[in-house]
Amino acid sequence: MTAQELPISGDADVVRVRQAVRAAAVEAKLSLVDQTKLVTAASELARNTLTYGGGGGAVVEQVTKGLRKGVKAVFHDKGPGIADVAQALTDGFTSGSGMGLGLGGARRLVDEFAIETAPGDGTTVTVVKWAR
Amino acid sequence: MTSEPFGDLIDRCRAAEDDLVRRWRADVAASLRGRISELELDKELRELLDAVLSAVATADGADTRSAAYGEVRALLVDLSRARALQGFSPRETAISVFALKRAVRESVEVGPEFTAFSDVIDELGLFTFESYAKTREEVIANQAEQLLELATPVVKLWHGVVALPLVGTLDSARAQVVMEKLLQTLVDTGSEYAIIDITGVPAVDTQVAQHLLKTIVAARLMGAECIISGIRPQIAQTIVALGIEFGDIATKATLADALLLALGRIGVDVTAEMSKRGL
Amino acid sequence: MERLPILKIGQMLLVSIQVDLRDDMVVALQEDLAERIVETGARGVVIDITALDIVDSFTGRMLATIAALSRVLDAETVVVGMRPAVAITLVELGLSLDGIKTALDVERGIRLLSPAGGAAR
Ligand SMILES: Nc1ncnc2c1ncn2[C@@H]1O[C@H](COP(=O)(O)OP(=O)(O)OP(=O)(O)O)[C@@H](O)[C@H]1O
Ligand SMILES: [Mg+2]
Repeated sequence: MTAQELPISGDADVVRVRQAVRAAAVEAKLSLVDQTKLVTAASELARNTLTYGGGGGAVVEQVTKGLRKGVKAVFHDKGPGIADVAQALTDGFTSGSGMGLGLGGARRLVDEFAIETAPGDGTTVTVVKWAR
Repeated sequence: MTSEPFGDLIDRCRAAEDDLVRRWRADVAASLRGRISELELDKELRELLDAVLSAVATADGADTRSAAYGEVRALLVDLSRARALQGFSPRETAISVFALKRAVRESVEVGPEFTAFSDVIDELGLFTFESYAKTREEVIANQAEQLLELATPVVKLWHGVVALPLVGTLDSARAQVVMEKLLQTLVDTGSEYAIIDITGVPAVDTQVAQHLLKTIVAARLMGAECIISGIRPQIAQTIVALGIEFGDIATKATLADALLLALGRIGVDVTAEMSKRGL
Repeated sequence: MERLPILKIGQMLLVSIQVDLRDDMVVALQEDLAERIVETGARGVVIDITALDIVDSFTGRMLATIAALSRVLDAETVVVGMRPAVAITLVELGLSLDGIKTALDVERGIRLLSPAGGAAR
């Protein structure tokens, strides 16, 4: 599977991103629980891209490490960025009306998690989940 | 460019490439006894030979751990993995590499520089052997996991009550498999009560206690209750010392007590049931 | 926009989610349910999520809000049919949905809400 670029500019796009991530996770033979964890993390991150990043996109692709297969998903926007990443990752912190569980929760649900962001410079979150 | 210890051996190998591959393939094919097609083998060996000769020709040609050998190592990992998964023996796998020596000796004139080349092949052969062993380990680990799943008995005790009697050391991986299976059984049997009996578990660490706790919360989200039975004094101490909140989770000393609790909540009249069964 | 159908069964309302949930549908459901509870005088709401393959923080928050909302309107909400993988994931995400009643399936959910059945658990 080649990398798939999906736009995120509305609620329907969040659903499409979830479906693309699910398809990639099935193809990479992730267990049902791991598929569910990854798709849920993707849902959180796609919604953040939409709500806080003012829209952006997602890149979904299969990755390999030796015999292991996995799925990598990158969420990017050109929004306001995050000034205090540690604070944003704290469970319960929200600048909006959420529960502040999205970022921290997404990090717990995946195997690899990275945020690249700077105030005024947009946000890119990369996650990877490996088949067990 | 040809580096010092190998003289012009690499150039001569390149010139005799077709003959070399033919001899090499013949040796390898004999050891694999036709279980891989000639065509496949030809492609595999040509690719490998090309990578080896290119690596040897670099300044780091004598050092198989150098970056120059990156592609060679990648190809050998693939080769040994494929062989291990296809069920070839370590010997049959390593021969694919070692046989290159004889092929070179037979198809080109070799001098003293052959020793250095031979050393390189020995190193690569050992590397192949190691990655073969690694793959076998992975295969065995996978099988162990499957066995684990089989060895997790979730038993139905009553209509609506299942029990998971855990025996032996619980590590984090096993705890996860076991708990997933328990939750699935709740759905499959339509059970609202699950008894997790840990009488046979000598000790738990933080991670395992956390798994237990998460399973109980997950079961609640699904509409089922868990009861834990058989908590040993040491485990109770661990749980308290770790500050893990078991909160309003029902715990009972024995599996029997736990079953009675579940039956009571379902509204089963045990004495009536017993007389119904003539007990 | 597609709206989720709300069925009235006796004194109860049943929402069986069968599609991929969009956030705007979730928000609309919340509004529709509040209206229907008042309109019908329903005493209970059963939300069947058997078909949902994920519940994220947004949907989770919606379920909690619906439960709180219906309680204010004198109706109980029960969420039924959550899949094991979804439940495991929700716990890892950090949502335990405290205070929400749950049941394995629609039948048990309805029993839990009916005046006599609630006592068993
Ligand atoms: N892409 C982004 N661009 C800018 N800020 C972001 C982005 N993603 C997250 N944030 C900031 O991080 C905070 C925490 O995000 P998180 O997803 O954890 O919680 P939330 O979205 O507010 O609530 P929830 O996800 O639980 O509904 C957000 O409130 C927001 O301030
Ligand atoms: Mg969020």
